[in-house]
Amino acid sequence: MAKKIDVPFNGTKEQEEKLREELAQLKKRGDNGLMIAALQKAQDIYGYLPEAVQQIIADELGVSLAEVYGVATFYAQFSLYPKGQYKIGVCLGTACYVKGSGDVYKKICDTLKIEGGQCTDDLKFSLDATRCIGCCGLAPVMTINDDVYGKVSVEEVEGILAKYN
Amino acid sequence: MVHLKINNIPVEVKEGTTILEAAKVAGINIPTLCYLKDINEIGACRVCVVEVKGARSLVAACVYPVNEGMEVFTNTEKVRKSRKTTLELLLSDHKKECLSCVRSTNCELQKLSNEYGCDENRFKGVRAEYEPDTSTSYLVRDNEKCILCRRCVAVCKHVQDVAVIAPARRGFNTHIACAFESNLGDVACVACGQCVAVCPTGALHEREEIDNVRDAINNPEKVVVVAAAPAVRAAIGEEFGYPIGTNTEGKMFTAMRMLGFDKVFDVNFGADLTILEESTELLDRVTNKGVLPMFTSCSPGWIRYVEYYYPELIPNLSSCKSPMQMTGATIKTYWAKKEGIDPKNIYFVGIMPCTAKKFEKTRGDENASGYPDVDAVLTTRELAKMIKTSGILYNELPDGTFDNPLGEFTGAGVIFGATGGVMEAALRTAAEKITGKPLDNVDFKEVRGIKGIKEAEYDLNGIKVKVAVASGLTNAKQLCEKIKKGECDYTFVEVMCCPGGCVNGGGQPIQSAYVRRNTDLRAARAKALYDEDKKAKIRKSHENEAVMSLYKEFFGEPGSHKAHEILHTSYVDRKHK
Repeated sequence: MAKKIDVPFNGTKEQEEKLREELAQLKKRGDNGLMIAALQKAQDIYGYLPEAVQQIIADELGVSLAEVYGVATFYAQFSLYPKGQYKIGVCLGTACYVKGSGDVYKKICDTLKIEGGQCTDDLKFSLDATRCIGCCGLAPVMTINDDVYGKVSVEEVEGILAKYN
Repeated sequence: MVHLKINNIPVEVKEGTTILEAAKVAGINIPTLCYLKDINEIGACRVCVVEVKGARSLVAACVYPVNEGMEVFTNTEKVRKSRKTTLELLLSDHKKECLSCVRSTNCELQKLSNEYGCDENRFKGVRAEYEPDTSTSYLVRDNEKCILCRRCVAVCKHVQDVAVIAPARRGFNTHIACAFESNLGDVACVACGQCVAVCPTGALHEREEIDNVRDAINNPEKVVVVAAAPAVRAAIGEEFGYPIGTNTEGKMFTAMRMLGFDKVFDVNFGADLTILEESTELLDRVTNKGVLPMFTSCSPGWIRYVEYYYPELIPNLSSCKSPMQMTGATIKTYWAKKEGIDPKNIYFVGIMPCTAKKFEKTRGDENASGYPDVDAVLTTRELAKMIKTSGILYNELPDGTFDNPLGEFTGAGVIFGATGGVMEAALRTAAEKITGKPLDNVDFKEVRGIKGIKEAEYDLNGIKVKVAVASGLTNAKQLCEKIKKGECDYTFVEVMCCPGGCVNGGGQPIQSAYVRRNTDLRAARAKALYDEDKKAKIRKSHENEAVMSLYKEFFGEPGSHKAHEILHTSYVDRKHK
């Protein structure tokens, strides 16, 4: 059987009030197609879209949670997972990819025990695949917040991550 | 009117007609896969593509409206090739277990692949992997057999208003899921099985219990008792080639005996018993200012809907167990005592047009004898499968009959299987109880028919009884909202979870989208029941002699303390907090 996606959530009362206020504003528009705007607002407030937040949207818009989840997982701009203290980006653009960034990406997944788009349980690291960041000469490239690492090999990955622990 | 030519045949149709419908007028069939009339009209699967003269590409006939002077070609080389490739692409990501699949020979994908001579291995590549969802007692969802037609999603949302499944992710990762990849058992699914009834493949099917039933039959210590719901007899014949709406009750009884069941009773009997209890409860609520309107409680999908979505209306639900549970409870108490059998050794099998009944039997407070009222529930389809795999030639069988004392039934019990039937049966009894006089006419035609919501008002000896009947949860929701807001003053409300009532339940024989497009299953099957009612010598539940002697010998009177202990139940608030 499938394993339910269960992400820790520590939303504040202020965040919830803000979301409900934004949703009330949106609903005044009264047209269809509020869902994407609602999800964008929610992600602005919380940084990601956990179940409790999607449930609020479902209840307010009068649709089911499954439908909200369907839209949230359709668009790449929405995330079900929070971003970590350290946001790792690995370029999977053409140049980096042919230089082996796919293996680097996989090594990071294995090391942190997360998949792309997810965040470690301690909220320290999150991982995303990125498009070309404009330094193909350094391929393969990965970034951690504002730090850029070029010509990264699979062997170096653990050492790089260790610097942030 | 619009004039067009389809394969050079002139056709005249109403404006707004789709090419698919217009082709039918010209005597031409266009294959479909995702299309489900009135429910899922999204042009997604591209199997119904046709050529339109002047159009840049092939168009989806199921959603493309006709134009004046249009020329359509449904059977060109280009069309056939496109359909074949579409099917082969679907097959490239399909768990091809056709030999043993529950839907083999009744699968729309298999049928079309066969007709188009598809190579099921033309496209090789990665196949999406999903674990089957076996989290519930009533159905199994296997995404590896899913073709993403979204018929289940549409019926769950538009017909039943619960939308617990929806497409998730995108591209190759698209799959039908519950929110956050939950299992069906952990979401507010009502268990109706309408998704199963509309699935073109084996991606959705009931949780089978045939092996458990065979084990019980093979166990010499067990007295295995079977009883079928009213709606089963109106549809099981379809599995054996009878026209839709043929009542094959007699053959069903004979087949049940041949399968090795020790006693063949009938849930129609339980239906009559339900009427006695329910009408007593209704009159009690009316005279003692109880909570009104009272809701019927026969449909376990409807019960789950109230528990999940309208728990504030739980006090409106009749406390009566369903006819199936009443039958089981009576078998394991009254009949067990009468026959001197330890209820522990009785194994009761309900044959149901329903998947939610597989859940209902597991509810708490449904074990009057100390043992479960019902041990196994087989859908109409499962009973047919058992008959087929036992080498029984159903069509050749002589008509048999039920056993006494828990088999005898009236016309009122029979019509329970159609929307409005419980209401009509209850009115027949309630009216005579209130007026103390026999009814001139037992037909309450206002509550019959397949309309989603029906209303009527009756004057019974000065007591005004305003009733409403709904089937399909989208319709039920409308009534619930009105009642919640106090915008109506109904006395008694019948709700059946599935549209048209049990005859169209999620456990009934599966008919293809093509058949559903051309036949109203609800009306055709219901007619079989109303015909039986019309022919019945006794048409009022309170004139069922077996039921009346059951009260005399055992329960005392309807609504007695003992009846409450054995025939009534309680409900749970399941709303997410």
